[in-house]
Amino acid sequence: MNNGYLDMQLLRFTTAGSVDDGKSTLIGRLLYDSKSIFEDQMEAVESASKSRGNEEVNLALLTDGLRAEREQGITIDVAYRYFATPRRKFIIADTPGHIEYTRNMVTGASTADLAVILVDARHGIMEQTIRHSYVAALLAIKQIVVCVNKMDLVDFSEDVFAKIVADYKAMSAHLPIGKVDFIPISAKLGDNVVNKSANMQWFNGKPLLEFLETVEIQNDTEEAFRMAVQYVIRPISDKYADFRGYAGRIASGKVKVGDSVRVLPSGQTSVVASLWFADKQLTEAVEGDSVTVCLKDDIDISRGDVLCADNGNMPEVGQAMSLNICWFRETPLQLGKRYIVRHATQEVVGMFKAIDYKIDINSQDKIADISQLIMNDIAHVQLKTASPLVFEPYHTNKVMGSLIIVDPDTNDTLGAGMID
Amino acid sequence: MKTHLQELEAESIYILREVAAQFQRPAILFSGGKDSIVVTHLAYKAFYPARLPFPLVHIDTGHNFRETLEYRDALVQRLGAELIVGSVQESIDTGRVKEETGFNASRNALQTTTLLDTIERHKFDACIGGARRDEEKARAKERIFSHRDDFGQWNPKNQRPELWNIFNGRKNMGEHFRVFPISNWTEMDVWQYILQEKIELPSLYYTHKRKVFQRDGQWLAAEDCIRRRPEEVVVEKEVRCRTIGDITCTGLTLSTAHSLEDIVAEIAATRVTERGGRADDKRSETAMEDRKKQGYF
Repeated sequence: MNNGYLDMQLLRFTTAGSVDDGKSTLIGRLLYDSKSIFEDQMEAVESASKSRGNEEVNLALLTDGLRAEREQGITIDVAYRYFATPRRKFIIADTPGHIEYTRNMVTGASTADLAVILVDARHGIMEQTIRHSYVAALLAIKQIVVCVNKMDLVDFSEDVFAKIVADYKAMSAHLPIGKVDFIPISAKLGDNVVNKSANMQWFNGKPLLEFLETVEIQNDTEEAFRMAVQYVIRPISDKYADFRGYAGRIASGKVKVGDSVRVLPSGQTSVVASLWFADKQLTEAVEGDSVTVCLKDDIDISRGDVLCADNGNMPEVGQAMSLNICWFRETPLQLGKRYIVRHATQEVVGMFKAIDYKIDINSQDKIADISQLIMNDIAHVQLKTASPLVFEPYHTNKVMGSLIIVDPDTNDTLGAGMID
Repeated sequence: MKTHLQELEAESIYILREVAAQFQRPAILFSGGKDSIVVTHLAYKAFYPARLPFPLVHIDTGHNFRETLEYRDALVQRLGAELIVGSVQESIDTGRVKEETGFNASRNALQTTTLLDTIERHKFDACIGGARRDEEKARAKERIFSHRDDFGQWNPKNQRPELWNIFNGRKNMGEHFRVFPISNWTEMDVWQYILQEKIELPSLYYTHKRKVFQRDGQWLAAEDCIRRRPEEVVVEKEVRCRTIGDITCTGLTLSTAHSLEDIVAEIAATRVTERGGRADDKRSETAMEDRKKQGYF
């Protein structure tokens, strides 16, 4: 027996589609066929299905865990599911597809490397397919997989599949989406989910699971080094009396001992004296690493400051920015109201100066002359902050380009923004 | 390219540092189980060479395995950490809670009152726990920074959206947060990480001879705190714990796993979830959600 697989990679993906597209069945099958559903979970779902009078085992009960969801038979919230194969560990952010849950799609997509969008082969591309694709594009997901499901109900027809592929390409041509792949499947029967379908010999691509196992996950360490300081480590001990380490997770690029860095917004410069990961000293650290950086010079740095590679390409430091925003709550977005803005490790007061336009999420049309936003609205807005933020466009750098809006009265998270 | 364990570790360390930065008085809820041991190990790594910026808080039901307490005390000493114990026995003695009676009596539910009293007494504003989303369906939807109202209650229907790696720990007076840095880890990830990092565990996780009895298809430890029915015969078996809780609700697994490698192999082959051995979850379909709403871990 092996020791498990200590060198697997991690892929995070989001799934979108309505209940009728068979999304729960697909997830259930991925979990079940990868042996990630255990006997006691299956027994619990079987007995719960039976007590609800469902004729077949209702795999949605695996993911719909909350009492209200089970009672109403709907998915309320983003659910996180986990499974692994010998090659990769997967985290699924499973989001409900109803129009009123745009906020959940945005939330699920925010941490995803890839989006799986389901289409019912009988119905073809729907308005909501394009809506899901739009959200994936907005959140800068670089890879979409369109799974054309229920192929068993259209006689596994190659023509039906080809038409859906052509329709999707035509209907999504206006969206700035990245790479799109198409897979014909039957989640219920298992065709092209884990194993290659014998019913669709005409399909030359990989089955979904193999696709997910082998798709390249972008990790570009050629980007410039950025790290927002989370916390300053100063041990009060004799051994480390002069230790002053800046703890953070590297947002992009890489950093080496001896590199020159510039601290923003102050603009002071120094040189990396040492890099720590717990009790180990490193010579180099890369994007995604949670490290501690010590500098040669004793300069004033605190939480919220950003360490950057000291070369020509610098993030913007400013108090005005334009961004796309998704609004989450019943309390509407109001122009001129004071909000709290959380960006990287910084927190500042902010105010919306203008709503340039709202997006009709179904047609992607821009609607002008809007004075407030309500729940599930997506819009392009102008934000002004009371003190400077260090930022970059979201499409260049997700960490430095994303922010949330917090209600100063209730402390609730009201919206999420992606800087242009 | 990072391995999945490196990725998960970096994310958890980031979360722990956010807790230290965003809260005044955070604490680690330490049960002596593998998950809270992993969280404590991650915290050690996150703040090295400084000491842990969090005390370890143990909610003691009084029905602990001796090995758990020995392990706890040794760990606290090694890390130079502060230990705070909240005693369920004391909550019973002072009339804050009433002891359950009967054969399935457990102090599991009583812990909630002791926990909330301990949080109140020490003014903790963030309690870091080792819960994982793969453990239980109600936990699959819980946030990493999970808000609690001033009664310590969780409202699953009105959780704050959590996007990217931006965690909103803002709160009003009297409210607090539960924070789950290893939300995205699975049981297998935890064991692989323990193996990779060579983390020392309580001996209970390895197979050992113990006096046990069977109830509802489960092996339980034959200790005084569980009332046995006359037909429940005590036998000696080679067992180990897959999770460690209070004695009354910790199911024991028949096992020959002597090493971490053996355990990882055993977990890979097993077909039952680890909470399948937990009597506390079997009380109803939404037992975990119902307890969590009240303020449970």
